Amino acid sequence: MTVESTAARKTTRRSSGAKRTTGASAGAKKADQAPAGEPELVQLLTPEGERVQHPDYDIDLSAEELRGLYRDMVLTRRFDAEATALQRQGELGLWASLLGQEAAQIGSGRALRDDDYVFPTYREHGVAWCRGVDPTNLLGMFRGVNHGGWDPNSNNFHLYTIVLGSQTLHATGYAMGIAKDGADSAVLAYFGDGASSQGDVNESFVFSAVYNAPVVFFCQNNQWAISEPIEKQTRVPLYQRARGFGFPGVRVDGNDVLACLAVTRSALERARRGEGPTLVEAFTYRMAAHTTSDDPTRYRRDAEREAWEAKDPIQRLRTYMENEGHADAAFFEELEAESENLGKHVREVVRAMPVPEHMAIFDHTYADGHALVDEERAEFAAYQASFANGEAE
Amino acid sequence: MAVQKLPLAKALNESLRKALETDPKVVVMGLDVGKLGGVFRITDGLQKDFGEDRVIDTPLAESGIVGTAIGLALRGYRPVVEIQFDGFVFPAYDQIVTQLAKMRARSLGTVKMPVVIRIPYGGGIGAVEHHSESPESLFAHVAGLKVVTPANSSDAYWMLQQAIQSDDPVIFFEPKRRYWDKGEVDTEAIPGELHKARVAREGTDLTLVAYGPMVKTCLEAATAAAEEGKSIEVVDLRSVSPLDFDTIQTSVEKTGRLVVVHEAPVFFGSGAEIAARITERCFYHLEAPVLRVGGYHAPYPPARLEEEYLPGLDRVLDAVDRSLAY
Repeated sequence: MTVESTAARKTTRRSSGAKRTTGASAGAKKADQAPAGEPELVQLLTPEGERVQHPDYDIDLSAEELRGLYRDMVLTRRFDAEATALQRQGELGLWASLLGQEAAQIGSGRALRDDDYVFPTYREHGVAWCRGVDPTNLLGMFRGVNHGGWDPNSNNFHLYTIVLGSQTLHATGYAMGIAKDGADSAVLAYFGDGASSQGDVNESFVFSAVYNAPVVFFCQNNQWAISEPIEKQTRVPLYQRARGFGFPGVRVDGNDVLACLAVTRSALERARRGEGPTLVEAFTYRMAAHTTSDDPTRYRRDAEREAWEAKDPIQRLRTYMENEGHADAAFFEELEAESENLGKHVREVVRAMPVPEHMAIFDHTYADGHALVDEERAEFAAYQASFANGEAE
Repeated sequence: MAVQKLPLAKALNESLRKALETDPKVVVMGLDVGKLGGVFRITDGLQKDFGEDRVIDTPLAESGIVGTAIGLALRGYRPVVEIQFDGFVFPAYDQIVTQLAKMRARSLGTVKMPVVIRIPYGGGIGAVEHHSESPESLFAHVAGLKVVTPANSSDAYWMLQQAIQSDDPVIFFEPKRRYWDKGEVDTEAIPGELHKARVAREGTDLTLVAYGPMVKTCLEAATAAAEEGKSIEVVDLRSVSPLDFDTIQTSVEKTGRLVVVHEAPVFFGSGAEIAARITERCFYHLEAPVLRVGGYHAPYPPARLEEEYLPGLDRVLDAVDRSLAY
């Protein structure tokens, strides 16, 4: 149903990739006329903060719920900014910012039930927030004190996966397990436009379709895979790929938290009903560099970023709430204070994060032990002990 | 029923049946493992008895098979994956090395990965390309994985049981050219440890170390050498990672000579690791350098040439002679 929505069909016709043979100049002109981010997609809140209707998706939220989503996005952005600053101060080795993707992550993350399971990439800081993972837990790997290190089962939030797309298969297998258990939970698997080219993502589409697994694939198309624009990954809109695998795909305004919530909720409900997977493409933009090691000035224009700034996910919700009287000045002031406190908390925790004791190198390699690990651990301990008398030479 | 004479393939089949009976969380998955019973019939009859939900014919994508097995393990299942042939495992190599092997450490021990990946391996059956390889070293090199390979029916039965019970990922290499060799299986005997080597034949002049398909070859070599008055000890490693250096050391301290035999290419093969470690451990006991017999640094050859490429009785005996000549 979702693939066949009016919006989807219009987008197909507008796809510039398919029209290129009609003449390069015409294609280029069209692209200029319709700057990035203007395709047909599910939208419930315009960039100007105007509430609009969609025939297939709707959502009815109380003022309190709206304030909740706003708070989530603001605090996530604040946490993200703090982490970027900590990297600049040398407290973190690296940071992958989610700036600009708050609505995609909070909208989808708040669609989940507690018993659902999430398989993130390494940028899902907003989803982690929704799952109740202490944000400082996300920083251990970026500070270099662990490779993740939270218990995935305490919040049903799997470890960050760095190799692109691998987690979509884990998500699919986990969903197959849910189906075997006869449970009605669902799995939400995150990946990006770059990972959409990976074999594993495509294999996860095949497996989830064949087994009708209760998994929702949430692709944040932030337009850039480090320096490669979306045109280097695909010549069809990503959500349309789902149709070839036999399940619905839908494109949502990834900067519209209401639409992301409505679309993800609907896809998760569908999965729970035993109707199988859905691909959600959240059309958004990576406002920051790929990571703190990246330099986007080498490959993209400021004008593009500025155009997306006008579609900011937080500002549009704020405008809407203010116009509708859903939040007063006190709310925004209190939230600002809460943000400051969060930033302070993050700074303090990160700076106090202990470097693991050196014998930890050997820990957790195996569950049932391994003779070689035991031997090397003993050798290493003896070597370290040889410095104990201050005789390091 | 306790003691039966079974082909190695049938022993594996019985072992899987037992695991499926004993633990409802065990699932078998792979290509053609259901109705067909696997191309080597290792899973014959299992889907009929345990259903499509537990003996799962998968789409034809090895990375997908292992990747979804990881997800099932995270959900509390114990998947036993079949990779159809040795040379087909590489699409799944990323999932095995990057995800399966490291998941436990990455989670600081909060998750476990009880996944068994069964791989029929090795040559000698006249197959086409990619059906005769021995990639065990490529897995033994990876921390987080365990690598085992039975050489007879009893070990096939019991080592598979133990691998399935392990909370660590185990790459289970099956010597496909020995699938049809019969041996006694006592399904009620208490087995030894999964990762302990076994002295398959005692001797005093030289130690042959082998595993999987080469154990039989080495036992034949020892018999032939005995006719010439040479007393050869044969150690069946059973486990490539962890590797039971203690048993090899004990043997070499007695014999003073060591020849390692495997089908895999010698260069960077498990024989290199064994030679280095045993030289370290037994330097003053060695009467000769540790020698290796194995495949060459060339792609596995067409079937008509494989008998020249594979270590056979003559090449093993040649190495025995060279060692004894020191």
